[in-house]
Amino acid sequence: MKIKQTSIAGTLESSDISIAVEDNDGRGIEIELVSTVENQFGGQIRKVIRETLEGLGVKDVLVRANDKGALDCTIQARVKTAVGRAVDGNLRPWEEK
Amino acid sequence: MSRLRRTMLYVPGNNPGMIQDAHIYGADSIMIDLEDSVSLNEKDAARLLVYHALKTLDFGSTEILVRVNPLNTPYGRDDFEAIVRAKPDAIRLPKTETSADVIEADELISEIETKIGLPCGTIKLFAAIESAKGALNAEQIATASSRLIGIAIGAEDFVTDLKTTRSREGIELLTARSFVLFAARAAGIAAVDTVFSNVKDDEGFAGEVKLIKQLGFDGKSIINPRQIEIVHRIYTPTEDDVEKAQHVIEAIEEAEANGSGVISLNGKMIDKPVVERARRVLDLAAAVKI
Amino acid sequence: MFNKAGRKIPSFIDGIGPLVPYREKAANGQYKNTERSKDRQHNPSRDKVMGSIEQVIEAIGLKDGMTISFHHHFRNGDYIVNMVMDVIAKMGIRDLTVAASSLTDIHAPLVKHIQSGVVRRIETSGLRGELAHAYSCGMFDIPVIINSHGGRARAIASGECPIDVAFLGVPSCDPYGNANGYSRGDDAASACGSLGYAKVDAQHAKNVVLITDNLVSYPNVPFGIPESQVDYVVVVDCIGDPKGIVSGATRYTSNPKELLIARHAADVIGASGYFYDGFSMQTGSGGASLATTRFLREKMLAANVKASFALGGITQQIVDLHEEGLIHRLLDVQSFDLRAVESLKNNRFHHQIDAEYYASPDNAGCAAHQLDVVVLSALEIDLEFNVNVITGSDGMIRGASGGHCDTAAGAAVSIIVAPLIRGRMPSILDRVNTIITPGHTVDVLVTDQGIAVNPLRQDLLNNLKSAKLPVVSIEELKERANRVVGHPEPIKWADKVVGVVKYRDGAVIDVIRQVK
Repeated sequence: MKIKQTSIAGTLESSDISIAVEDNDGRGIEIELVSTVENQFGGQIRKVIRETLEGLGVKDVLVRANDKGALDCTIQARVKTAVGRAVDGNLRPWEEK
Repeated sequence: MSRLRRTMLYVPGNNPGMIQDAHIYGADSIMIDLEDSVSLNEKDAARLLVYHALKTLDFGSTEILVRVNPLNTPYGRDDFEAIVRAKPDAIRLPKTETSADVIEADELISEIETKIGLPCGTIKLFAAIESAKGALNAEQIATASSRLIGIAIGAEDFVTDLKTTRSREGIELLTARSFVLFAARAAGIAAVDTVFSNVKDDEGFAGEVKLIKQLGFDGKSIINPRQIEIVHRIYTPTEDDVEKAQHVIEAIEEAEANGSGVISLNGKMIDKPVVERARRVLDLAAAVKI
Repeated sequence: MFNKAGRKIPSFIDGIGPLVPYREKAANGQYKNTERSKDRQHNPSRDKVMGSIEQVIEAIGLKDGMTISFHHHFRNGDYIVNMVMDVIAKMGIRDLTVAASSLTDIHAPLVKHIQSGVVRRIETSGLRGELAHAYSCGMFDIPVIINSHGGRARAIASGECPIDVAFLGVPSCDPYGNANGYSRGDDAASACGSLGYAKVDAQHAKNVVLITDNLVSYPNVPFGIPESQVDYVVVVDCIGDPKGIVSGATRYTSNPKELLIARHAADVIGASGYFYDGFSMQTGSGGASLATTRFLREKMLAANVKASFALGGITQQIVDLHEEGLIHRLLDVQSFDLRAVESLKNNRFHHQIDAEYYASPDNAGCAAHQLDVVVLSALEIDLEFNVNVITGSDGMIRGASGGHCDTAAGAAVSIIVAPLIRGRMPSILDRVNTIITPGHTVDVLVTDQGIAVNPLRQDLLNNLKSAKLPVVSIEELKERANRVVGHPEPIKWADKVVGVVKYRDGAVIDVIRQVK
């Protein structure tokens, strides 16, 4: 799945995460993360972002994430929304499996 | 014990903090909203957020409803597709006007349930009536689907449709409330009243709760967790009521054990409605004394 | 023998010894000194009032290596610490120990004074902002010492922490040093209410310097600090920013989660067995603990129960209950808002107390030990009920010990209020990162999702259970939070010790290490 346009989803409110995605032109998945809980959950947040992108089949993407303590389920939702806004056609991730 | 629906807490569907905390305040039901509280350009975000939240978070024994966008909007179908898969207790239909609205939703849910291998009828429906037409059709709406567990009145759209405004006393809502309540009772489903939007007016709110309780509603839609305690307090029977109800149930159990036909307590005959009322009093009492 | 008053007196009495006859013109001042009186009238600033802080420091002879102290009644509006330290730095004095009752964001300039060697080390109840960050990042050689309010008062009174010079900002003061945190004579611009922490320094420091922006006429009564304890007075333009000293009105929180916690906390008090007519209470300054007062009020009215006294930091919420007749006496070591300041000025049963009286564990009696109930906040609590209020979830220093461990130890029921989850951080950990208050003094944890009772308090457990409150084990609460947020990775600490946490008796209960 190819990122066609730079897109953003989520907010900077507490318990949310803002995810911006842009095409990374052959350099794979790169994640720049700022988080209020970087020390305790930074690794987990990166892992969830990466796995969600891989699950969607996104290969080349630069993610800029600004996290305010979002739970894993919120991170998944925001990543999918951002990708949905960045690709051609309608992304219906609930139809997987 | 039948499920209590004294309080149905509205939670905006694009706010993760409010969604994850919604169950801690003790509301009987939570209604996560994808419709009016979500702006048009965030419909996709809210839908996915609610989908993932419901699949992941544990809301305990709280009843979870999701209000979807109407099927005649570009968002309705995707809302159903996503939310049925996330398996809330029920989907709440906004702006229901005819039985056809309910049947259309019912059939769509059946289709999705079949697709994903969920037993047909798992996901329930709750219909909101928000127009004069809807109120007049309340009876056919309430009986349109076996999925339907309750109907609610949504006052803001309703008073606009009537060309009036909401008053503190609520005289403009009296007929609609009665229609909705009659339809619900005739169909044997729940009736839930509208929100009271002035969060700061506790006194006005309490007055309205007393009114709708006396009318016969199961409970009230609320927009702030602070209001929960007020509703529950008003719906809590007095110790005197509880004691009387206990006597009624004891008498009937004793009579059943003796095989006696006619039951009386303190010289008064106990018939079916008395027993039913007593059971409801005990249910309400049990709910607050956990 | 006749004395100079013409009376016959013996020169010796058995059992008493020799008697000194009265002499008319003795050196001990039996003549009226009208010169001195005139001088005072014409020049009221003659005696203790000095022209500048620099002159005072010269007069005292402040030397390298001495200990100076400050109070924190001006909170984040304090100008005194920075003002005095700048003068000291300019005078070239070095290696000082700064023993403040507490420090906060506004005291960031201390960083440069430590770096330049003017300040060798710091003792305080708390610190925040740049100064706290600099310590946590390991910028300084000597760790900061964290004292509780009661522990600091005990150390100063016992001589364990001798203070050479106390520089105390006072919102009203007369030329002889009768000072207070407000003034009945005028509207002190920098009013802070109680001077509870400063009173200890005034009583025990070798030299006491008062700094005021509001010199009033003698005698400034009522006073919090008496002239008998004061060596010098300096008048400056401004001792603090009123906006930072007191908030206009502490509003009740509208955060539904805090309100929920507060309601549970009031329920716990009501069911604890210590909610009786004449009970005593203290509430901390966090949103949930302040709001507890409001729900407690309903219970007090319903049960016709009144409190004998409220202690500690006094707020509008407590004053309201006092004026409503629900709390008979207020013992005020620190006034948190304008309403509390006004009440201390106007209400006769709102009484100013010093920190030693408030919470010193060595006192023959301290008010904290008379408490029935205290409601306190926490940043972290662990499975043994140890509480951390000093280091944040990132390990950085960002809080204050305050009266936390003092009141937890003193009160019959100590209640900790905390949300089960903050952002993504769970409040309950296996081990808190820093212990301020030891678990055996903490009785009940109240969260938004349930109540846990310390197993040491089976009496409370039974009382709460029979009131059908939602009591679960602290382990279960912790599990509940971890199921939602996952398991945080532990903070990565370096070896270097940057802070030493003293318990109220002066023993070291924990150390704070540098954050990697």
